[in-house]
Amino acid sequence: MRKTWWKIIGVALVFYTLIAGLLMDAPRLAILNETIRAMHFHVPMWFGMVIMLTASVIFSIRYLRTGNQKFDIYAIELVNTSILFGILGLATGMIWANYTWGAPWSSDPKQNASAIGMLIYFAYILLRNSITDPQQKAKIGAVYNIFAYATLIPLLFILPRLTDSLHPGNGGNPGFNAYELDGRLRMVFYPAVIGWTLLGVWLTELRIRLSFIKSKIDEED
Amino acid sequence: MIKQVISIFDKEVKLEWRNKTAFNGIVLYLVSTIFICYLSFNVKTGQMQTLTWNALFWIIIVFANINGVAKSFLQEGEGKMLYYYTLCKPQVILSGKLIFNVLLSVLIALIGFSVYALILGNPVSNYIYFLLTILFASIGFSGVLTLVSGIVSKANNSTALMAVLSFPILLPILLMSVRLSNNAIDGIDISLMNDKLFTLIAVDAIVITTAFILFPFIWRS
Repeated sequence: MRKTWWKIIGVALVFYTLIAGLLMDAPRLAILNETIRAMHFHVPMWFGMVIMLTASVIFSIRYLRTGNQKFDIYAIELVNTSILFGILGLATGMIWANYTWGAPWSSDPKQNASAIGMLIYFAYILLRNSITDPQQKAKIGAVYNIFAYATLIPLLFILPRLTDSLHPGNGGNPGFNAYELDGRLRMVFYPAVIGWTLLGVWLTELRIRLSFIKSKIDEED
Repeated sequence: MIKQVISIFDKEVKLEWRNKTAFNGIVLYLVSTIFICYLSFNVKTGQMQTLTWNALFWIIIVFANINGVAKSFLQEGEGKMLYYYTLCKPQVILSGKLIFNVLLSVLIALIGFSVYALILGNPVSNYIYFLLTILFASIGFSGVLTLVSGIVSKANNSTALMAVLSFPILLPILLMSVRLSNNAIDGIDISLMNDKLFTLIAVDAIVITTAFILFPFIWRS
């Protein structure tokens, strides 16, 4: 992970997203109009969040199997970055919704589900802070992380599909696949997902290294 | 193994039966909450809107469950846990507690429903589905709350933590049950409800399976 090539790719892709997402030609759809550009900044946040949470659960499982403290630090830092992505996703979504739906919060099922998801992970941070013994903290934290993920998946991917959502692509609203014009969007959207996720991974890597250094300093004291 | 599960269950029932304070406490909690709701809404019996009726019912049930089921591990002292540990497998303990908690949770819901219906009126039209919803919601609630109470018992035993940790994880189950019971009240065609009921059962299955996989890890620490 110390190699630089993927960081350069990440930064390049994010810059490409910024420039191409704001300047390139976008399809003009009813209601959405130019706000469709928000997709390159809002949707990748959720993709990044889910990818990093999945990675975090994998590290939590590995921690429980091996008992190696390293994996626990990976898991918690991935969750921290995911929370940042989640908050940014909610914020960008609310700005967009203010112009398209007329209000920042319209009680859309996806909106509510992601807010609940944030609550789950705030509770995870709270739980970790309330345990003092580091071994215990890591173990209980890992268990809660896995359990939370198991309920987050139905929350994010099953429940919103049972009711109509206001989101584009749901409940008869125009969306991604509905138009043959979407090639232009895809050219920016997929690189955007990869770019933002790589940026998140870089952020996490820096925090992981920081907490390794901190634990080393603690040991020497 | 089954014998051990039965003896754990038996022990829980006997313990509850001998000092009825806990169970009576929950019933009193239920009755007084319902009565407070009745007084504060200030409506005559049967005049409350069904949507409000339904939402209020589930909120009361969730709070009563958190108070009732949550104590399953909190009441066990350190020494007692160690004693069980020498006797049987963690899965056995969890099964015994889980069966007892499901029973307790169903009882809470049924008593709650009868008192609630008596005081605030009863708009339910499809009883089979309403009772099925109560059953599967209770299974889900007790699955989540049993594991979370195991987690919290390792972390300073605070009741505030219990509520914070369990609320967001309970929400998917709660939302499904609110929707299902809403349909049962309106008496919507059964074919439209089966989908949601199966989703609820699937969420229950996910919760209980993860609880069984994860419980040995909190147990050991």
